[in-house]
Amino acid sequence: MGKKVGMEVSLAIAEAAKMANTDVVAAYPITPQTHIVERLAELVANGELDAEYIPVESEHSAMSACLGAVATGARTFTATAGQGLELMHEVLYVASAMRLPVIMSVANRALSAPLNVWGDQSDLMAVRDTGWIQIICENGQDAYDNTLCAFRIGEDKRVLLPVMVHVDGFYLTHVIEPIEIPEQDKVNHFLPPFSYPLPLDPDKPLTMGAFAPPILFSEAKKAQEVNLRAAKPIILECWAEFAKIFGRQYKPIEQYRTEGAKILLLTLGSFGETAMAAVDKLRDAGQSVGLLKLRLWRPFPFEELRQTVSGAELLIVVDRALSFGGPGGPAFSEIRSALYSEKKRPRILGFVGGLGGRDLMVAEFEGMVKRALEMKPSGAEQEFEMYGVRE
Amino acid sequence: MNARKTEAEYTWKDMEIGCIVTEPGSSQYYRTGDWRSQVPKYTFSRCIKCGVCALYCPEGCIGTNADGHFQADLFWCKGCGICARECPTGVISMADEEE
Ligand code: SF4
Ligand code: SF4
Repeated sequence: MGKKVGMEVSLAIAEAAKMANTDVVAAYPITPQTHIVERLAELVANGELDAEYIPVESEHSAMSACLGAVATGARTFTATAGQGLELMHEVLYVASAMRLPVIMSVANRALSAPLNVWGDQSDLMAVRDTGWIQIICENGQDAYDNTLCAFRIGEDKRVLLPVMVHVDGFYLTHVIEPIEIPEQDKVNHFLPPFSYPLPLDPDKPLTMGAFAPPILFSEAKKAQEVNLRAAKPIILECWAEFAKIFGRQYKPIEQYRTEGAKILLLTLGSFGETAMAAVDKLRDAGQSVGLLKLRLWRPFPFEELRQTVSGAELLIVVDRALSFGGPGGPAFSEIRSALYSEKKRPRILGFVGGLGGRDLMVAEFEGMVKRALEMKPSGAEQEFEMYGVRE
Repeated sequence: MNARKTEAEYTWKDMEIGCIVTEPGSSQYYRTGDWRSQVPKYTFSRCIKCGVCALYCPEGCIGTNADGHFQADLFWCKGCGICARECPTGVISMADEEE
């Protein structure tokens, strides 16, 4: 067994990138991601990690340098947050469309204005359609484990897609948790060396990033869409293999005390840990409440969602981001749409809360269940609310 | 060159990983000549074979013909008229493309 150590989650993520034997890191520091890349810079500087560290001048350059690195066949890691993720936004589409598996940790943070550096998933939701595989972590162990998994998934020859591993800024990045760090040989066994099938090579010239006129563009996009969806069984295969070697099993949607639950809460990221405590209290008080934790955001786990909600009467989706003037929180809107065609589906209500580092405690999750039960079964204005806003 | 698929024959399943182009120099198969609305016409008796037109052509499609005169390959010529403008002896004039 590996040893369990008390470690800041940011450092554990850096440790995962180190143990994955990353070849290139190109990153620009930004709160709350800073400790991840600071630690990696230190590991490269002191010789513990034999990698090229490219200290770029912006996140746009960070992602661009990462594309070039992967194109040569180098295992490549970066990390960012909030505004930084937005600054690299246009390059994110290039990574996925060019099938360059950059592995990136995102310390989820609010987007300006007002300026706010704290935990929030607005950045995550803004990059929803960039074509990346996206995994949302719940705790530190999860962040370490899924950083390792991200390399194996993204670099798999059947996948070859970039992967974002989301961790809530501060709530995860800046806390010290007991994290089991496995032995290096087990990691080596789990994670084969990266071999890009068509790397840049002067002896075998090829063109990357050529343009596609209207007669080819739709075909290119369909190929990309099919490829991302087809990644799901390989993600499941990776998690099964991870469980065999390391003993922890991850799923696209995690269930907590959902047996026979009439009411289900659904959360993304670190909210899950707090919501579990709320579910315990509500269950103890005799309420039929369970919890779903959405881990795989892209490709979206439609089947698992339908299965896990099939017995419930009320589904309460808690978003940490807002879609201004839209249909409620982004996850709420997607989940409702994913269940629309089901003959038997729960009533679906959404709350948006915890924005810009506002804490949602156990009592708030209990409060949301109470409030949802008060809300009328129909009427658009009652389908979602911002929770905990002072009137 | 003959066995290759045309763009219109490519399905999404034919796309190489990330649309990488594995054949060097394949842009020569791209018929840019059909963008043309004007076509260069030559009065070769005035040509001093200086090659200025070939230097300026943004398409790089001007080469020498059997008589050693500089002439556009219409498979690629986009009809921009730069060669006509730059020719020091007025060899080239631009005429409307017929079809
Ligand atoms: S018209 Fe333009 S593209 Fe055609 S030969 Fe002259 S310079 Fe080249
Ligand atoms: S620029 Fe005019 S003179 Fe010179 S090679 Fe071209 S056509 Fe002939």
